[in-house]
Amino acid sequence: MDNNILLAAENLGLKRQGKTILSGVNLSLRESEIVTLIGPNGAGKTSLIRILLGLSQASEGEVYRRADLSIGYVPQRTSINAVLPLRVRDFLQLGARYKDDEIAQVLHEVGVSHILDSAIQNISGGELQRVLLARALLKKPNVLVLDEPAQGVDIIGQQALYKMIASIRDHHACGILMVSHDLHLVMAATDQVVCLNTHVCCTGHPDHISEHPEYLKLFGDALDGMAVYSHHHDHEHELNGAIVCTHHKECGHRHG
Amino acid sequence: MADFIINALLAGIGLAMLAGSLGCVVVWRRMAYFGDTLAHSALLGVALAVSADIMPIIGVAVIGIVLASLLFWLEQRKELSNDTLLGIMSHSALALGLIVLSIAQTKGANVDLMAYLFGDILAVSREELIWIYAGAVLVLSLFAYLWRDLLSISVHEELARTDGVSVNKTRFMFMLLLALTIAVAIKVVGVLLITALLIIPAASARLYSKTPLQMVVLSMLLAILSVLLGLGASLYWDTPAAPSIVLAAALIFFVTNLRHSR
Repeated sequence: MDNNILLAAENLGLKRQGKTILSGVNLSLRESEIVTLIGPNGAGKTSLIRILLGLSQASEGEVYRRADLSIGYVPQRTSINAVLPLRVRDFLQLGARYKDDEIAQVLHEVGVSHILDSAIQNISGGELQRVLLARALLKKPNVLVLDEPAQGVDIIGQQALYKMIASIRDHHACGILMVSHDLHLVMAATDQVVCLNTHVCCTGHPDHISEHPEYLKLFGDALDGMAVYSHHHDHEHELNGAIVCTHHKECGHRHG
Repeated sequence: MADFIINALLAGIGLAMLAGSLGCVVVWRRMAYFGDTLAHSALLGVALAVSADIMPIIGVAVIGIVLASLLFWLEQRKELSNDTLLGIMSHSALALGLIVLSIAQTKGANVDLMAYLFGDILAVSREELIWIYAGAVLVLSLFAYLWRDLLSISVHEELARTDGVSVNKTRFMFMLLLALTIAVAIKVVGVLLITALLIIPAASARLYSKTPLQMVVLSMLLAILSVLLGLGASLYWDTPAAPSIVLAAALIFFVTNLRHSR
């Protein structure tokens, strides 16, 4: 097999209680490639991810994992057991022991240095998402699997998130497999989109997929009443709420 | 100080260290009902031990391990929810225990049921003390060995699994440790009150802890304090020992909660 391929599914099928969840799924992830898996609810996206991660077994087909594979996994929006006292710092140490400066560096990279000593139950959903990403990065992964990273994140936050994911790909040279139910914002950074609805409906570069008849059949109606509204803000917000002026000197107006 | 008081103190402190530390994981993983089920089955262990003329602590340990394995196996099949399974096992083990005990009694065995339901800490013998500490050392060393994996699966099972922690093995090992803890507890606080000693000190410690390890240490200390206060009260006012220990733990819980919420 092509040595660039990190992770691949060949003709994967999954049946549960007589119901077909996945059938004939082919998918591959190469080095430094971003693949986005899209599809409606119940399309089998999470089931497919779980099989690729080795968390559950397929009924048929093969999963190929390159021998040196190290997977960093960021689960779908999740919550951390609230009865357990745990600081962000301790949470990051759960899988293995890391040095303080490794932890500081990776938290800085995902933009949440300020919560190192916070209780993990007290941080916001967006911050938790980034902490989970930091945790995955500490394993120095060559594959990063992100399940719906943008769920519940507003549109400005999504832009920032996708920018960060793209820069992670560049810095860490890892393949990224991302699940999303939203096509439009993913597209900029994605090399390949795989549209899943039990089987693979269509696959290709984002520019092409939005014109694919199978895709339009799935999403076409839903998109009819929607439009894209471009914001033209002259400032951005950091995760902790601080305002960052994008035009550094001549800001023109005062912030709050 | 009289020998029986020293033995009682040592037995109580030994159990407090076990219950305080393992209790944190019981609270984290919401296993209170599981602890209750094991405790109820302990009576069956006592009854069988009496019939076979061996030490109760051994009978309880064996039955606890058998029951924990059975529950683990049933849980894997996912046909019924866990609390239903626990309810079935808990009460059938209790019923069977009472029947075996009454058969043993009609055959002439002299068994004081109350002593096993509520413990008999003031009658702990030197031999029993050795068993209690042997059990405590075994359980605490295994607990320390499992600590990181236990913590990982308590925080998030799925993430632990992707980190290569074998979740089922860790869960099963912890169930066995709880079974052994209950065997150690039977003479000290009895079948009906052991769950309280697992849960209450851990719950009090939660409010004042920032890290999991702090919570375990604090919970151990609060469990020991409960034993000291309870035994003291029992000697001073002549109240029954095990209920006094549990009540002391509960008082500590309410006082710490009130202070914290102010």
